Amino acid sequence: MNDTTNNPREHLAAPIRKIGAIAWLRENLFNTWYNSVLTILTLAVLWMIVPPLFSWAFINSLWDSSAEACRDIDGACWSIIPRNVKFIFLGFYPTGQEWRPILAMLLLLGLVFYSKERKRWKKALGWYWSIGLIVMGTLMYGGIFGMPIVEPAQWSGLPLTLMLSFFGIVAAYPLGVLLALGRRSRLPAIKTLCVVYIEMIRGVPLISLLFMSSVMFPLFLPEGVTIDKVLRAQAAIIFFTAAYIAEVVRGGLQAMPRGQYEAADSLGLNYRQTMRLVILPQALKIVIPPSVGILLSAFKDTSLVVIIALYDILKTTKVTLSNPKWTGYSTEAYVFLAVLYFIFCYGMSSYSRRLEKELHTGR
Amino acid sequence: MPQKTEPVQSAAIPFWRDEAKRAIVFQIVALLLVAGAGYYLYSNTQENLARQSIATGFSFFDKEASFEIGESLIKYSAEDTYFRALLVGALNTVKVSFIGIVLTIILGTIVGIARLSSNWLMAKLSAGYIELMQNIPVLLQLFFWYAIFYEAFPSPRQALNPITGLFFSNRGMIFAIPKAHPAHAVMGWALLIVLVTGWFLNRWGHRRLDRTGQPFPALRITFALAVGVPLLIWLAYGAPTAMDIPVLRGFNFRGGITISPEFSALLLGLVLYTSAFVAEVVRAGIQSVGKGQIEAAMAIGLHPGQVLQRVILPQALRVIIPPLTSQLLNLIKNSSLAIAIGYADFVAVTNTMINQTGQAIEGVTLIMLLFLFFSLSTSLFMNWYNKKMALVER
Repeated sequence: MNDTTNNPREHLAAPIRKIGAIAWLRENLFNTWYNSVLTILTLAVLWMIVPPLFSWAFINSLWDSSAEACRDIDGACWSIIPRNVKFIFLGFYPTGQEWRPILAMLLLLGLVFYSKERKRWKKALGWYWSIGLIVMGTLMYGGIFGMPIVEPAQWSGLPLTLMLSFFGIVAAYPLGVLLALGRRSRLPAIKTLCVVYIEMIRGVPLISLLFMSSVMFPLFLPEGVTIDKVLRAQAAIIFFTAAYIAEVVRGGLQAMPRGQYEAADSLGLNYRQTMRLVILPQALKIVIPPSVGILLSAFKDTSLVVIIALYDILKTTKVTLSNPKWTGYSTEAYVFLAVLYFIFCYGMSSYSRRLEKELHTGR
Repeated sequence: MPQKTEPVQSAAIPFWRDEAKRAIVFQIVALLLVAGAGYYLYSNTQENLARQSIATGFSFFDKEASFEIGESLIKYSAEDTYFRALLVGALNTVKVSFIGIVLTIILGTIVGIARLSSNWLMAKLSAGYIELMQNIPVLLQLFFWYAIFYEAFPSPRQALNPITGLFFSNRGMIFAIPKAHPAHAVMGWALLIVLVTGWFLNRWGHRRLDRTGQPFPALRITFALAVGVPLLIWLAYGAPTAMDIPVLRGFNFRGGITISPEFSALLLGLVLYTSAFVAEVVRAGIQSVGKGQIEAAMAIGLHPGQVLQRVILPQALRVIIPPLTSQLLNLIKNSSLAIAIGYADFVAVTNTMINQTGQAIEGVTLIMLLFLFFSLSTSLFMNWYNKKMALVER
């Protein structure tokens, strides 16, 4: 008796309510009466949904079979993916040349992964990218080293999706920076032009620009001149993305304290020098995370080219589904695509969050 | 260096060194470039239109559209004019956007609050929902839901019938509605009058609160009247309960109200996608209110409802409303994806018009004007709201 009162810590174990699994449950799931009700209801709903879904996707499903075998089962027919993998990923790229787009995509992914680390953001990286892009272009187009020429009209599937989104942001970035500077300009004519452009593009859906590129743009060109449909859609995506980048960059420019401009002025720098040496390096650093956000939505938005009948990966999947043999397995095909998009987008958004933390140097 | 110290005479500066003059020249050059490019495209277009003998202008408005539209809020048939067809499309866009916005705000708020719940399961499920929806393209989601409605549901003959008067089939969801009765119109008008009165009552209540400090339960009174008055009218008309129950005739249902799979898929896709973004906005808004604010409100003796209504919400809304509007605007713009699953929104109808008449320029212009109208009116509202809600600082 005396011992415990004198030195309680030695003799009493921590009460069971404070540690361990039961305590965790009490803390996080059953801490109030309405939370208990909520937990039980949620578990009941999950119990109704998850087991049937699990047996549909994994137990009663077929992973590599003919379309006929799929007609007799209750579960998912994942076979649609492996049996059509070439067309879904590469579309109309000529048979026998598949290694070229695959190699180009691997090169792109390799460069992206290499560029992830901030300590590699040096001048050399720019050179790697330039060389890499030339190699990728050569691989896709061919014409030398005995590779037959493949016209851009035949580029389809995943390479097209990646190309539209990648060039969509790379080419849009400089344009967006110019537009942002123009919007902040003191020259009324320049400012008005930029404001009208940015607000107009941001006010309309991307699909209207894609329509413009597919049905209206041919009317703009002089007789005899034609531009490939893929390139026109690419241009529409670039012009669309540029307006959004402009707004992000403008945010960065506005976040610059006045003292920075005044300091540059007092050093006697002119406008170009002020922007290039003082303002833009700081402003662009702030806007790196939101820019990754724009890249993310540009990547998701490329799927809209389906509507003007370009063969990106969503369209090749739809074509596969319109094959009578594989009709009726849309759910499986779309779930597969969703997983694919999710991996890309989730990777990008968590990278953007990491970058935000790293770059947040504090003031 | 020594030149700098010399007295500068403005006349001595050549015009390319004078900042003001250079600015004017620069702007004139920019304007000329834009005008030149515009003129070049315009003249090309004129030539092309003349060569392909495509009509210009909006005279097609009065011509017969001669295509059917699946669903419409107003009476429409193939003999009607293009103008009426475009109006049907615009109304369909407004319909899906309006219902979508209401549902998105409700779902987004629930998920956003659940994300902050102390219940671990709720918080994790909401976080998973937000990540999943944000990272899958909305068009893919639309295709997915459309495929579910179209492939997974049976034909009308084998329609699922979970409760009397409600059917699910690949032609959509069909449910019974009360049979038309004169009481309904009277109830509608009465409700409208009650709501207008309630609005004035609320304003008067606020003014009285400011003047005398006496609260007035205007909202509760309005709610009671809004439920009670139509109910009394319904009883006064002898409580008509006849229902218009859908019945299978041939290959489809007659009677009741049908919600098409196209509309359902579009609505579901837009709401689930946008509400994930709205949830993040709501979460950020609630988290932006400092803990001290809530503690201070409790310390002066407000009860939890008042803390929420008078302290948390006014401050959170100031943070929530601007990004919320831009998300809702995104929903309106994304409703243009309807064309991909065959819902007859404005873009889809205009696209049919372009294919029939070849007047692409007018069509694309109309699409852009409609959406610009939505966006500009939203930003006008935003500016007004920001001014109204801006912090009044000393």
